[in-house]
Parts: sequence; structure tokens; C-alpha cells
Amino acid sequence: MKRIKNKTIPIILICGAFIAFMPILWMISTSLKDSNSIFSFPLKIIPDPVHWENYSTIWKSMPLVQYFKNSILITGLTIIGTVFSSALVAYGFSILEWKNRDKVFIFIIFTMMIPLQVIMVPVFVIFKQLGWLNTFKPLIVPAFLGGGAFNIFLFRQFFLNIPREIIDAAKMDGLSHFQIFKEIALPISKPVIATISILTFMFTWNDFMGPLIYLSDQIKGTLALGIMMFVGQHQTEWGELMAVSILMMLPMLIVFFVFQKYFIRGLMIGGSKS
Amino acid sequence: MPKRFLIFIFLSPWIIGFATFGIYPFMMSLYYSFCQYDVLQIPMFIGLENYKNILTKDPYFWISIKNTAYYTFFRVPLNIIGSLLLAILLNQTVKGIRILRTIYFLPSIISGVVLSVIWMWIFNPQIGLLNIILGFFGLDGPLWLQDPQWSKPALIIMSLWSIGGGRMLVFLAALQNIPKHLYEAFEMDGGNIYQRFFHITLPMISPVIFLWSIIEVIASMQVFTEAFIMTKGGPLDSTLFYNLYLYNKAFEDFNMGYASALAWILLAITLCVTLAQFHLSKRYVYYEGQK
Repeated sequence: MKRIKNKTIPIILICGAFIAFMPILWMISTSLKDSNSIFSFPLKIIPDPVHWENYSTIWKSMPLVQYFKNSILITGLTIIGTVFSSALVAYGFSILEWKNRDKVFIFIIFTMMIPLQVIMVPVFVIFKQLGWLNTFKPLIVPAFLGGGAFNIFLFRQFFLNIPREIIDAAKMDGLSHFQIFKEIALPISKPVIATISILTFMFTWNDFMGPLIYLSDQIKGTLALGIMMFVGQHQTEWGELMAVSILMMLPMLIVFFVFQKYFIRGLMIGGSKS
Repeated sequence: MPKRFLIFIFLSPWIIGFATFGIYPFMMSLYYSFCQYDVLQIPMFIGLENYKNILTKDPYFWISIKNTAYYTFFRVPLNIIGSLLLAILLNQTVKGIRILRTIYFLPSIISGVVLSVIWMWIFNPQIGLLNIILGFFGLDGPLWLQDPQWSKPALIIMSLWSIGGGRMLVFLAALQNIPKHLYEAFEMDGGNIYQRFFHITLPMISPVIFLWSIIEVIASMQVFTEAFIMTKGGPLDSTLFYNLYLYNKAFEDFNMGYASALAWILLAITLCVTLAQFHLSKRYVYYEGQK
């Protein structure tokens, strides 16, 4: 491609990046202001003086420690369930050979297209009849049962690339399929495990509708739910709202920057092959 | 251990999950849609009553359809074009391009509640960032989320913040996969930059654009969290989107039969729109190895 040799493109890109980053910058700035300087004009980006109070008051304004614990517990168990069950199922769809295997797998991919709303009401009724409302079970247990078609797909792609000779040699040494799964398939698929863990983390940490439907007891709420309730009650306390939003964002930002490679690869595979 | 049994054990998580959280609720949802059902009493079969009421007696159904159609109609093309333009710009060799890509990507990892909170405050008419910037240029900004005329455009503008996310990266990869010799041949024939874009670049990446337009349309039709947190469907029902209305029917009114019927209508609409897109794609999408 012939490159445009002038300075317009870099300038457009830098201005655009500034616009994209501005809300985050402004958010940090607002979280460090007291309520007087939030409303004072002209607005300053760098707070002067810096007020850290918002970060201490939010712990008193809501049961934030409890929300963090709940979110971490739900997200952690969901990741474990998703990784383990999608790996197991993918093994059954890749290393094991059986009739019509690939046709059944295409069917699984098709089930991804059914909108969640269609099954939402009956699934709610199931959990209600099980007496699981207001517990974490409706949010965690489904992850252990299949782990989602997309994740099965990711694992399967990886398992299909394991050379057949390795599997055959392992069988000759007397390893069962469970041992091959545990000793060979899982250890070499660390990159896929990383990708799936990160995508699941992002999704579960941010999930709003699930907790909204199943957790009505305030003390059982997740961070997302807690912030939502805080918005309803303290709509004008922008400094505190921004501070708590930043606290919720922080783990995501850290995971994103540390595992950027895996994160982006997962999105790319999802976007180009699904 | 017999082979059948072995396969069954490996697939068992999916089989159990699919039976309990797939097939069973799918069938039950269809059944509930023909019932009056409030969760407390057993479902009472009333035939097509729910569907009839939705289509003939329910003004909110049509309001939510209109709102969702408006939102989808503007959000999808703007997001696709935005991501494509950004991908083209970021495909240039500019110093510091990796940092720029990271900055553009960053907003897309913020979603749900946090995203809604940030934008509630950006759209705040008095102290919000947007109206302050507009004021700086001497413009009097609208009330955004508090104005029925501006609430939907506001939510569409908000969706554009994350054009630099996964979709843009896929477009970028597609751009980089276009074989160089195509461009060289075109330059020899003396084509200009616009002809090159419409005759080579666009056809070559059209399959990816098509795939993402389907994903975007489905996501837009299911918009929920933003409206639930930021506007609660208001003002004057201007952001009462389909999914929000469905949620209200199910979990505020506990009218589960009615909500299930709404869900099946959504499924039918989704299928029709997706099929229409596939139909259109035959004319506009170029697949290598065909023709």
C-alpha cells in the first residue's frame, strides 16, 4: 500500500486517542476531588488539592468488602468450572473418535445462536424450584456443565493439533484416556487455558443480569450489583461513584495489561473463525 | 472400559448441561408462552392469548420495537464504519502505533455497570464532560439522557467509545492479510486511492465485515444493561428497549407466560433479520475461490 507521507494520519490518531482516553482520565481526576471542586469552574484535570477521602468513605457507604469477596468467589469458581468442563468435553470431541462426532459438534456451535432471553424464564423457574434463589449456585453451577460452546471450540482446535503419534505412544505405554487428558492434553494447552480464563474473568466480573435476577439479598450482591444500587441511592455523589468504579475496573485493567497477548488472541480467534 | 461409556463420561458435563439448561428450558419456554403463569401457581394454558394481546393490545410492545429498531439501525453501521476507519488508520506505519492501539482498545474492556456509570456522568447536563466541551465551543448541549429526543442518540454515541476493541483488531488483521500483489497490479493500471479502496480493500475484507454485522445486529437487539441502569427505559419510554420490556414483564410483573411469548417473538425477529442479512450478503460479500 502506498503510504501517505504527510503528518495528517498521526495527528488524527493522536487526537482520537486523546478522546478515547479522556473519560478514563477524567474519571480518575473526579475520584480525587471533593464535592465542591467537582462542581467548581473552570474545571481542572489535575485535582488541587488531591482528596483521597472518596476512597475511604466508599468502604463505609456500602458493604464493599463483602461485594469484593462475593465477586471473587463467583468469578473464581466460574473460571475453574468453565476451564475444566470445556476441556473435558473438547477432549471427547477431538482426541476420541466416534461416528458423527463432527456433525454433533457443528450442532453445538449452532446452539450458540439461541438468544439467552428464550431460556431465561424456565431456567429461573428451575432454580426457584431447586430452592437456589439468593444463593451463588445459579451463577456457578452452569459453568461446570459444559463451559460454553465457544470455549469447547477453542480447546478442540488446540487438541486437534496434538500429533496423533503422541497419543498413540501414550496408549502403547498403557495410559488410559483420563491419564492422557491429565498428563498430556491439559499441560500442553496452557495458552488456551489462559485465554479462556481471561475471557471468562472479564465476562463474569462484569456480569450484571445474572446477579440481578438471582441475588436479591443485598449482602449476597456482587460488585456490579452493589454499584448499581449505589447509583440509585447516591446519584449525585460523583466522586464516590467514580472511586468505586475505578476499584471495580482495576482488576480488569491489571489482567488486561499482564495477559494482553492471550486476551487479544482469544478475541481474534473468536472474530475470524466463529 | 467400553468405548461408548468412555465417550459418555467425557461428554457428560455438556450432555447434562445441555439437557437442563438448553433443550428443557427451550421447550418449556415455548409451552409457557401459551400459558398464564406467575411462578406461584401452576401454568394455565390459554392458547394464543399472549401473542394476540402482544400484537394487538400492547402499545409498549410496539414502542419497544420502534426503540430497538432505531437503536440497531444507527448503532450497527456507525460501529462497523467506525471500527473499519480506525483499522485503516492504525494499519499505517506510524511511530508508537502499538501504544496507540492499546489506548484505542482500552475502552472496550470496560462494560456493563462501570461503563454505564462513566457515561451517566459524561452525559450529565450540568457537570458532564460532553456539555462542558460543547460549552467550550460556545454550543448549548442538550439534556441527553433526560431528553426523549436525545436519549437514544446518547446511547448510540456511548456505544462508539469501544470501536477500538476486538472487532477493530479483526478488521486490522484482515487488512494485513490482503496480498500485496493485488495493490501492485492495481497501481500499474493507474487507479487512484478511492478506486483502490472500493475495488480491492472492501471486497477482500467483506466476509469479516459481514460476520461482524451479524454479531452487532444480534447484540444491538439485545441491549439491556445500559438502559436498565442509566435511564430505566425513560424518559417517556424513549429507551424502553425490547429486552428491558421483556425483563420488566418477567421479573417486575412476574408475568412469565407473557415474557416467554415476547422472547419467542424476539427469536423469530432475530432469525428473520439474520436470514435477510445472509440473503443480502450473496450480492455484496466476496468469497475467494468462488466465481
